[in-house]
Amino acid sequence: MFFFILKRLAQSVLVMAIVSAVSFSLFNFVGDPVNNMVGQDATREQRIEIREQLGLDDPILTQYTRFLGNMLQGDFGLSYRIKRPVDQLIMERLPATLELVFVSAIIALVVGIGLGVYTGIRRKSWVSRVILSVSLVGVSLPTFIIGIGLIYIFAVYMRWLPSSGRSGTVDLGWWKTSLLTVDGWRAIILPAITLSLFQLTLILRLVRAEMLEVMQTDFIKFARARGLSERAINFRHALRNTLVPVITIIGLNIGGLIAFSVITETVFQWPGTGLMFIQAVDFVDVPIMAAYLVFVALLFVLINLVVDILYFVVDPRIRLGD
Amino acid sequence: MQFTKLLAVSAMALTVSSPALAENVLRWTSQGDALTMDPHSQNEGPTIAMNGQIYESLVTRDADLTLQPELAESWEPGPDGWTFKLRKGVKFHDGADFTAEDVAFSFERAKHEASDYKEQAKSVASVEIIDDYTVKLVTEGPNPILPNQLTSIYMMDKGWSEANNVVAPQDFKAKEETYAVRNSNGTGPFTLVSRAPDEMTVLARNPDWWGEGMFPGNVDKIEYRPITNAATRVAALLSGEVDFVLDPPLQDVSRIEASDGLSVKTVAQIRSIFFGMDQGIDKLRSSDAEGNPFKDVKVREAFNLAIDKDAIQRVVMEGLSFPTSMITPPGVLGNTPENDPSYGFDAAKAKALLAEAGYPDGFSIQLDCPNNRYNNDEKICQAAVAMLAKIGVKVNLDAIPKAQHFPKIQKRETDFYMLGWGVPTLDSHYVFSYLLDGEGSWNATGYNNARVNEITKAITTEIDIDKRTAMIDEAWTIIKADMPYVPIHHQVLAWGLSDKVDIPIAADDAFRPRFAVMK
Amino acid sequence: MTRWERFKDNDIVWSFLHSPGAMIAAAITVISILACVFAPLIAPFDPFDPSQISLWDGKLPPAWVEGGQPQYLLGTDNQGRDMLSTILYGGRLSILVGLAAVCLGMVLGVTLGVISGYVGGVTDAVIMRIADVQLTIPGILLAILINGIGRAFLPLELRQEFAVYVVIIAIGLTDWPQFARVARGATMVEANKEYVQAARIIGLPAWLIMVRHVLPNTLRPVLVIATIGLALAIIAEATLSFLGQGIPPTTPSLGTLIRVGNEYLFSGLWWITFFPAIALVVLVFAVNLLGDWMRDALNPKLR
Repeated sequence: MFFFILKRLAQSVLVMAIVSAVSFSLFNFVGDPVNNMVGQDATREQRIEIREQLGLDDPILTQYTRFLGNMLQGDFGLSYRIKRPVDQLIMERLPATLELVFVSAIIALVVGIGLGVYTGIRRKSWVSRVILSVSLVGVSLPTFIIGIGLIYIFAVYMRWLPSSGRSGTVDLGWWKTSLLTVDGWRAIILPAITLSLFQLTLILRLVRAEMLEVMQTDFIKFARARGLSERAINFRHALRNTLVPVITIIGLNIGGLIAFSVITETVFQWPGTGLMFIQAVDFVDVPIMAAYLVFVALLFVLINLVVDILYFVVDPRIRLGD
Repeated sequence: MQFTKLLAVSAMALTVSSPALAENVLRWTSQGDALTMDPHSQNEGPTIAMNGQIYESLVTRDADLTLQPELAESWEPGPDGWTFKLRKGVKFHDGADFTAEDVAFSFERAKHEASDYKEQAKSVASVEIIDDYTVKLVTEGPNPILPNQLTSIYMMDKGWSEANNVVAPQDFKAKEETYAVRNSNGTGPFTLVSRAPDEMTVLARNPDWWGEGMFPGNVDKIEYRPITNAATRVAALLSGEVDFVLDPPLQDVSRIEASDGLSVKTVAQIRSIFFGMDQGIDKLRSSDAEGNPFKDVKVREAFNLAIDKDAIQRVVMEGLSFPTSMITPPGVLGNTPENDPSYGFDAAKAKALLAEAGYPDGFSIQLDCPNNRYNNDEKICQAAVAMLAKIGVKVNLDAIPKAQHFPKIQKRETDFYMLGWGVPTLDSHYVFSYLLDGEGSWNATGYNNARVNEITKAITTEIDIDKRTAMIDEAWTIIKADMPYVPIHHQVLAWGLSDKVDIPIAADDAFRPRFAVMK
Repeated sequence: MTRWERFKDNDIVWSFLHSPGAMIAAAITVISILACVFAPLIAPFDPFDPSQISLWDGKLPPAWVEGGQPQYLLGTDNQGRDMLSTILYGGRLSILVGLAAVCLGMVLGVTLGVISGYVGGVTDAVIMRIADVQLTIPGILLAILINGIGRAFLPLELRQEFAVYVVIIAIGLTDWPQFARVARGATMVEANKEYVQAARIIGLPAWLIMVRHVLPNTLRPVLVIATIGLALAIIAEATLSFLGQGIPPTTPSLGTLIRVGNEYLFSGLWWITFFPAIALVVLVFAVNLLGDWMRDALNPKLR
């Protein structure tokens, strides 16, 4: 157990080292960092001065060490475009993204597992067939097309829900939430559904496949032979045995949601980190790009670490990677 | 005891936090957020417009663009400068009095090396404080149009700036953002309540404003939310989330007009759109042609004739533009009905001119174009690519965000580029000095005509209006023949409004909330 | 038994001939791919040639709608390009990018996977560790990141010119681990078989054994992944282009067309975004259906 976690930790550190190296080279090799900071009409002396201030003439290894040191303190410098500290910008945008991901995850899990179990048990019913076909269409629909469609129907045509943005935020001091007001919920519905659909179909199909497999195992057949009610078999035995993989699903799910939040946030102009990243790419705002890279990598490393450990705890028979 | 106190406090908190029902909240959107709340650090339309709700200048323009007193009550010219009588009893949002000292300080700040208003403030050599409420803006020689140049130089409080360490505008030396980037302290009709850049900016009515009751506006609170995506922006208006869209896409104007409860206002804008051709450099950077074809006026004429301005007006701009052959619109001193009509469209003649100039098979060239600045900027460029292809010129289009496009022009690193120019002073001098003078900081065409340069200089000090106008006309006639640019059209502004609000549209595209009336 | 009969008895072919869904999907896929590949022959116009465009023909509705013109069956876009031609050319670009990206991922993944499985030891551990790590990050995010970084490294002037290659590389680099895993598994099974052992004893060089004996046996599962990967790659390209990070509008792919058309959605010019979106969805759906069937056919446990 101890070695397992240690190994995973070492792996995570390695990933972060690679990512930080990429992030560092972004800073140094994309454009001239000095040019990105000074005005058009800066004099040669000013340029030399800022080169010295930034330590751009030091050996590359010294620069990288300094970069790592700053990074560990969360210091990524000023955004080229908005001229504000990048770590602050990310922290301001983070609640919006996390709340969106959270609501989508709930939708995807509840609906996905529910439908997955249903189609797994009633595999011959026409409802199941319809759900499955629709889910295949769901996988084939790019997120942005779903988003545009929902905006067109529910915001512009029906005028039921807002088309974009985040509203009704309440500042709790350390967190700006939009989940405490009706306005906030109205604004989050469409983007959350858009974001959850793809993951929902994945979960549905995974759970269904898992259910089918479990239903054919000997102990279910045995339970059936014992004369237990279908209900008890389905829920007490079959579903329980599908729950172990669900932990992995949740991990994957959150990862996927964070990834696709970039697209959803762009379509709905949701003011989260993903939208900020896309805008930064447009403007080649390197500090934000570099910070987002490190930030996302860190998030994924953490999620995977937690999932691995949970997996290990829940089902010790599985020695992952050994 | 403790408990009652608590009750009282929470009751107060409740009354403060629950919005009064009668409050008029104006929610609006546009494409790009202000870059900073520091009034002197970025000379850029959206930034000026946002800061203009909080900060004020000595003189301003109303929606008809006529000059109006703002922080100065009156002004008069002298041989070496202008004397301004300041408005009395004006207070900054933090309660400090507005005095002559603040004017002197603000001009110094606007002229600071890191300021983006250096050019506009340049003609003010120094500020002489006569008494607390009188200042003299000293100029080198007479300047007939000085008040016109002051409308976007905003006044800041000296004490506040010193206390918060923002005596200089933010520049690259700042490791951290400065206090003024997200906080503000102006004299204007609205105070900054909260600001999340690119997300939401909230302003509240300033009850202590000097102009309280003098203007029709009845807005209590302004919520501004930038929406970059054009379709999403329109969707926000159509679904009733915002009351006002400053820049709806032109193709959606008819849809907005047809919707219940929505309307569109249009006005000819003080902004012209054109292409620049680098005729100064010896060899074009992006072309396969020997030397520089643009040095030949025939090639420049061919380009002007090859572009079908009417088709652009009809199809790309949905009719919302005025084709032209000048790079400055009606309303600016210098634009005349004789010079304004476009060069016309004649592809056959254009091809013949190219052949005459020695390029019967055309040549290749890169067109640099912004994709988030002007009405349908990228689409105009795409249309130009197709039109130039028909006379054999192979255009390679590079459409990029304005933040990267403009430096190319300022550094003169582009052969062929799109630019738009607005004229806040409503005088041709602003156009000559930036775009046509050989030294002009936005003149990337390399156009350098001795007479035009001479006139540019002369009209800064010529007080005889007739003589001055004649000189301006002379310069435009020379320019019309030399064709350093390919003028496309003057923009037409369209604002999308809900019926809940009435805002007078202004040709400078600035939103003036003091005139906004909510029903 | 004739060759055809033997072919028909092959379990995959049998399953194919007995699955109408798979046949329809295959038909749609093949037709779309053919239509796009031969776009220059089928399409009435060449939308990538600016001298063929007339702005005056811009924004025309489909031929059957009032105001439409017969030569523009599906209408024209905002620049006056024929929608049908643009979709064919754009689809061609989308498919090309998707195939190229999948090929890149496949070559990379299979090579690394076979090496990993055949050589084993430290090499295996290192390659598989990297694959594991990369699999933890969703492909689309990685593609956006790589694409963004790739664009950032390119000088501004070259960004449009090289956009297609950057997109291909970005997507290709994200899907190799899947191939590597499968190829490694198949290799390990194969490597222990007697004929491979025998080949080793004869002294055939390792690369020859890998290429001639091991590689062909990994192809079946790789094909399944490639098919599903193609659908994902096409979506990834469309997504990047929709975000404005992909193929430039002068030579639009389906995603770029949808992005451009999206601006006109509310003004009634629905056809600019609708037809490319339908084309994209049908294409991806067909490929997905094919992949789904293939997975089931090759994995009898799930049938």
